[in-house]
Amino acid sequence: MNKSSNKFRHLVWPLVSLALLLLFNAIFTDNFFKIEVKKQDSAQAVQSTAVPDDLPGAAGTAAAQAAAEEVEAAKQTVKESAGQQAVPEKKDDKGVSIFGYYLYGTPIDILNQGSKVMVLAIGMTLVIATGGIDISVGAVMAIAGAIAALLISMLDAGNCIGAGMGPAWYWIIPVAAALVLSTLAGFWNGMLVAGFGIQPMVATLVLMVAGRGVAQLITDGQIITFDNPGLVFLCNGHALFLPFSVWIVVAMYVIAGLLTRKTAFGLFIESVGNNERASRYAGIEARRIKWLTYVICGFCAGVAGLLAASNIKCADSNNAGLYLELDAILATVIGGTSMAGGRFFLSGSLVGAILIQTLTTTMYMKNVSPAIVQVPKAMVVIIVCLLQSPVFRAKVLSVFASKAAKGGVQ
Amino acid sequence: MKKFKFPMRYVPISATILVFFIVYLIGIISFENFGSPKVFLDLFVDNAYLGIAAIGTALVILTGGIDLSVGSIIAFTSILIAKMIATGSNALVAIALALVIGILFGMLQGWLIHCFSLPPFLVTLAGMFFIRGCGFIVSEESIGIKNDPVFNFIQNDLTIKLGKGMNLRFIVIVYIVVLLAAIFFSQRTRSGRSIYAIGDNELAATLMGIPVGRTKIMTYTIAGFCSALAGVVYAVYLKAGNPLNCVGLEMDAIAAVVIGGTLLTGGVGYVFGSLFGVLVLGLIQTLIVFDGRINSWWTRIIVGLLVLAFIFMQNLITKISKSKSKSQ
Repeated sequence: MNKSSNKFRHLVWPLVSLALLLLFNAIFTDNFFKIEVKKQDSAQAVQSTAVPDDLPGAAGTAAAQAAAEEVEAAKQTVKESAGQQAVPEKKDDKGVSIFGYYLYGTPIDILNQGSKVMVLAIGMTLVIATGGIDISVGAVMAIAGAIAALLISMLDAGNCIGAGMGPAWYWIIPVAAALVLSTLAGFWNGMLVAGFGIQPMVATLVLMVAGRGVAQLITDGQIITFDNPGLVFLCNGHALFLPFSVWIVVAMYVIAGLLTRKTAFGLFIESVGNNERASRYAGIEARRIKWLTYVICGFCAGVAGLLAASNIKCADSNNAGLYLELDAILATVIGGTSMAGGRFFLSGSLVGAILIQTLTTTMYMKNVSPAIVQVPKAMVVIIVCLLQSPVFRAKVLSVFASKAAKGGVQ
Repeated sequence: MKKFKFPMRYVPISATILVFFIVYLIGIISFENFGSPKVFLDLFVDNAYLGIAAIGTALVILTGGIDLSVGSIIAFTSILIAKMIATGSNALVAIALALVIGILFGMLQGWLIHCFSLPPFLVTLAGMFFIRGCGFIVSEESIGIKNDPVFNFIQNDLTIKLGKGMNLRFIVIVYIVVLLAAIFFSQRTRSGRSIYAIGDNELAATLMGIPVGRTKIMTYTIAGFCSALAGVVYAVYLKAGNPLNCVGLEMDAIAAVVIGGTLLTGGVGYVFGSLFGVLVLGLIQTLIVFDGRINSWWTRIIVGLLVLAFIFMQNLITKISKSKSKSQ
């Protein structure tokens, strides 16, 4: 490989896997790539008539996937809450759409459903780049969703400051509160890791264990449903032909990219991840850099929590973001970021997140039960990790090399 | 002149035992029947499976690794046993098969971790997804175990009656036996000491000629066995299998190990501590059940705070012993 392609080398394996997966879909799934320009109403008709199990490919597949997600969420909700609260039904999607038109199809749906993990992966990449890890993001998501849902229900009832703004605008308050709270959670993690020097995995374990308890305290153990148009818009609305959540991801990616590649911040992160002591001697505020990455990660978790809550129009402290920390870490690692720190690729993490979501969606479209989807997911993860493991590569290469030597070629 | 000094390494475990007795005392003072031996015995019965899982987790953490597949293996083995019994297999065959699968799965994880130097976190994470999905393949619904002769035998004939309506159930005996075996293994055998050496400094252990690979794979194998055994105990305890069970139990096990005084970076701690870690978790739950007014989700917050407190203590101890060794 020449030097110019080195810049994109980390993207090779994830992109190859993604391409293979898409190729599989192109051959075996009908109309996988069919993207339609829909007016708001017609799309809703498809979505609301969709039944998850007995759908043949065609136009309903994307809706089937969305429905399957909902069914899964609803199933878990039933099991966990057992009569505590009414199960959020699949309501008519009153997603607001600017221009009235938007693209509609499975690839778009993958982007929309994958937005949560993509947002998480951006923050996670930065944390992992410093040699750390944040396993509390799932719990932070639950907290963010819980506070947003609580505030919006208070605002709807009219007993909260800001209710005078009217439902069209007061959703800003819960969004802001959720982001502030999750950023504080990130600050707390950063304090434990950078301030007190506790190992990242252990430090974030605390919030992971306690966070869901906090979320349940906020919602008083209930599952709070809401239908505020502003809040629902986040993950169900459309803007400029695409789901709004995709634009959130794009915005966050651009900001993170500018922050890390156009300022020295990215370089500092890499140097801290490479050798903390050396970078401190070089005059870098290693602590502050690490602290900041955890704060950013908390903020990203907050955004993801809002998206998750908005997607199913309720805050479920037990299940919101469950295992998503793992998905985010997987996306990051698949994207070529080393768990040891010192090297990170935001674009790779996004590709990783899309890969995970594509795999999940493919499974749903092949009528695989949501629970069993985890099996092939795990296998893909192991395969990608093996492909990226230097030891594995060396072993495979040595096999090839010995064969080549026997054959007398080079 | 040599003064008697309390060894630093016993401080965390003493603190755990102290916490246990304090919580227990609070319970006795607050509630009339809390001190009854039945409550104490139930603590073991209700947490035997967690305790067994925590033993495996403790050993893995001592090597400096981590095992996240614990809860999923428990769910898988319990549903496998329930399904096999429901389809007419002998319960003993089902239990044996479950244990063998647990051992093989642990071995596979250990092999991947060691031979390709993949991060334990990632491998066991994938293992967690994989084995839970397998559980759903076996059955998506909960299956009860009814009228099985082997299970009835375990339930009725293997229970030691202590009088006054108190029974020492077989699963508690299993837990105690496994715990004693693990303590002996970690403290008194060559492999056990290798675990500590690897956890302390893997490179140094390699240079000393300790079979690092073999020991690590063995540790993950033991962890897989412990998880599978915990699944068997869980099936006996609940008389049912459910692929949805024990979501997040690995975190409880890790929390129990940390509260039990084991350092998550490896090399420091005792398997024995996990017993008290589990008991403290169980006590907090019992206290909240006894009280009835406190919401049960306080359990998670209290456990989180306890974990935090122990982490701080460990950090302090590490710093003190470091500064001591520097000054010498």
